[in-house]
Parts: sequence; C-alpha cells; structure tokens
Amino acid sequence: MTNKVYPDASAALDGLLNDSMTLMSGGFGLCGIPEALIAAVASSGVKNLTVISNNAGVDGIGLGVMLETRQIHKMVSSYVGENKLFAKQFLDGDIVVEFTPQGTLAERIRAGGAGIPAFFTRTGVGTTVAEGKEVREFDGAQYVMERGLVADVAIVHAWKGDTEGNLIYRKTARNFNPMMATAAKVTVAEVEELVEPGELDPDQIMTPGIFVDRIIHYPDASKHIEQRTTRPREA
Amino acid sequence: MAWTRDQMAARAAIELRDGFYVNLGIGIPTLVSNHIPAGMTVQLQSENGMLGMGPFPYEGEEDADLINAGKQTVTELPTTSFFSSADSFAMIRGGHINLSIMGAMQVAGNGDLANWMIPGKMVKGMGGAMDLVAGVKRVVVVMEHTAKGKPKLLKSCTLPLTGTRVVDLVITDLGVFEIDKAGGGGMTLVEVADGVTLEQIAESTEAAYSVASGL
Repeated sequence: MTNKVYPDASAALDGLLNDSMTLMSGGFGLCGIPEALIAAVASSGVKNLTVISNNAGVDGIGLGVMLETRQIHKMVSSYVGENKLFAKQFLDGDIVVEFTPQGTLAERIRAGGAGIPAFFTRTGVGTTVAEGKEVREFDGAQYVMERGLVADVAIVHAWKGDTEGNLIYRKTARNFNPMMATAAKVTVAEVEELVEPGELDPDQIMTPGIFVDRIIHYPDASKHIEQRTTRPREA
Repeated sequence: MAWTRDQMAARAAIELRDGFYVNLGIGIPTLVSNHIPAGMTVQLQSENGMLGMGPFPYEGEEDADLINAGKQTVTELPTTSFFSSADSFAMIRGGHINLSIMGAMQVAGNGDLANWMIPGKMVKGMGGAMDLVAGVKRVVVVMEHTAKGKPKLLKSCTLPLTGTRVVDLVITDLGVFEIDKAGGGGMTLVEVADGVTLEQIAESTEAAYSVASGL
C-alpha cells in the first residue's frame, strides 16, 4: 500500500520541483493558503516558476515570500492589488501576469482537472481578456473560449484530512483549493488535522483522496488576517 | 449639497427587493448592507465562496477562515453556506444572482464599464468584476461623479473595459442615471441629489444623457 503521508513540507515536495515548472497554489488572499508548502518551495530555490493562484500574497507572506526571492517568472491571477512588491516587479517588467477573471480562473482549473481542454464564457467578451481568443455566438450572445488549466504540482490547504488523502475544508478557506487538487500531475495537501481512514464522515468529504498524492500534518498554520474588521458590542 | 458615501449607499439600497441574492463590491457598495430595509430578507453573496454573509465579528471573535471578497473578517448567519470558488462563479455566471452593486472608474453612456486597470500606473486585476457584470441580471454602479475634477461618466471609456453594455444604473454623489444597456436608448438622468443643480451635473458629465421629465 502506498503511503501518502510525509513528515514535513520539504519531504512532501522532494523530487517534484524543477525550474520553469507550473505550480498551482490554493487560497484566496491569505485565507486557506498552503503556508508550509509555499515556504518549502521558496527554500528549495527552484526558479522561473509559473504560478497559478488567485492572488500573490502580501509583502513577505504567502506567495509574497517567493516574490522576494524572485522565483516567479509568471503569475496567472485575478487580483494582485495587495502586494506592493508585486506591483513594482510587474511595472518594471520583471514578472509577467496573465490576468484572468476570478470566475474564469476557477472554471479553467475545474475544467483542467475534469479533462475539459476549453469552454466558452461570456466573461471578458469585448475586453482585453478576449484578445487573441476565439469568440463564438451561442443563442444570440457572444462567448469567449477559455482554456482549461493544468499544472505540474498543486499545493493546497485543508482543515481535516485522512491518510488516504480525503479532505475537508473550513468556511471560506475552501475557495480555490478543491479545484486545484484535481488539476495537477501531483497534488500535495497540508492539513491542520490528520486522522485515520474512517474518522471523517464520507458524506462530508469535499475532495476525495484520489486527487491527493501526498499529505502532511501542519497543525500550526499562522492564518493571517488581511483586513481585521469588527463591530462594537452592544452595551 | 452632494450625497455623502452613506447617502449613496442608502440610495443603492432602494434597488434591493425581498428575497434577492446580492453581491456587493468593495468600498461604498459594502455600506449598502447597513441600509437593508427592516422586514426585507436579502442574502449577500461573497464571491470567494459564501452565501448569507453576516456582519463584522465582535472584537476578539475574528476568524481568519471566514472572510469576504474584500478580505475582511465577517460572520455566519443561520442561512449561511460555504462553497468553492467554482461553485460561487456558477452562481454568478449562471445568472442566479439578482443584483450586483459595484464601484467604477469610468462608465460610458452605453453601459460600458471600466473598473480594473490604469495602464502604466496601477496593477490590481479584475478579481470577479468581469464575471459579475457578465453574469448578474442587474448591475448597479455606485461611484463619485468625478475623479480629481474629471468626469467619470464618459462618451466612451478610455481605460481598459471590464465589460461592454453591462451597467443598468449609476448612482453618484450628484444623482442617479438609468442606462438602457440592451436597447441602446442611452443614459437618462432620473434623480438629482438634494441641493445639486442640473447645470452642476451637466458641467461634470461628459456622456450624453437625457433628463427625465419632472426634473
């Protein structure tokens, strides 16, 4: 029986990382990011990466770490507005960005993982996003063709997982993680709680273990909050 | 006196209907949630993957796993559901969201919208805005009427577009404009903020528009 469980992030990525590879990294903002796996990619020194991730972290946190080390050649993202270093590297021409609408990005990854090479969407018709892409009319409306996305490696974060690789996400930390888990040659998951098979309710599993190749137990996720907003307690 | 940000949000809240599923953008649109009329049930959708968004948490109860699309900490309601970003945009692209309220940099008289990029100056990205305008049935823009004294309601947008012929209604600090985005009937001024004159609006609007009778 193959063992999917690895002792730590570096061990779980051993043999998977190469210069110029394509990496998917889950999370929305800093919510649900595979923090330990990102750190391990950064410390591996692998270069010239194409990274598919909705955001680029913030300065010094999340994918921001890999910007500091200049390991990223290209990002496929929908929004990078939180990161000053990213803005500088982009405007200086040091980094390439394929801006992809958030829903198109989610669907491109979902499609890639489901074996669908392309699909048509109304999103982006008549904008720079549609430039160079096939536009076709269906039922009287214009749609642009978008390609499915796949990666060499996906790194994802989940709340609970079992040693078989079944995953459960928590609240809005789910975001892009389930689709990315399906769309790479090798998917590596970090989970806050790692349990034995049978301890998760099969009805609650969000990512079936077939999509997860390697898993690490990472109980101490730092879980940064970008915008801490609160309301006063009623007197 | 032009409308304040809060008054603009209150005006936008008039567009809500009981039972609506609504997506609110960042900035002034977020304030609309403070003006949902008593007795009306509206479910707020957050495109990162949440339906039924509650208010900000009490201090000390923030949960890093529970944020809205603006990355702000929020709370659950009894009606809340969580889902992936793919499911979230199936709701949006699939036409299941009734109303989207968002900010803008520029709006053209035909309903074209620009709100994601200033070439050479700013790099942020469109986030979910292009999906929202392409998929949501009714799109309401809430924005300042001008930026640094320059009109934002234009004959045609000069910035990269978010969508073409997508805006139904524009609420600014000076007034409210309806746009016939499908029929090509152009833009009509339908309300004027208290204390604002038609001349004032004409001076700060580049787009052609007609004025509704009675104004």
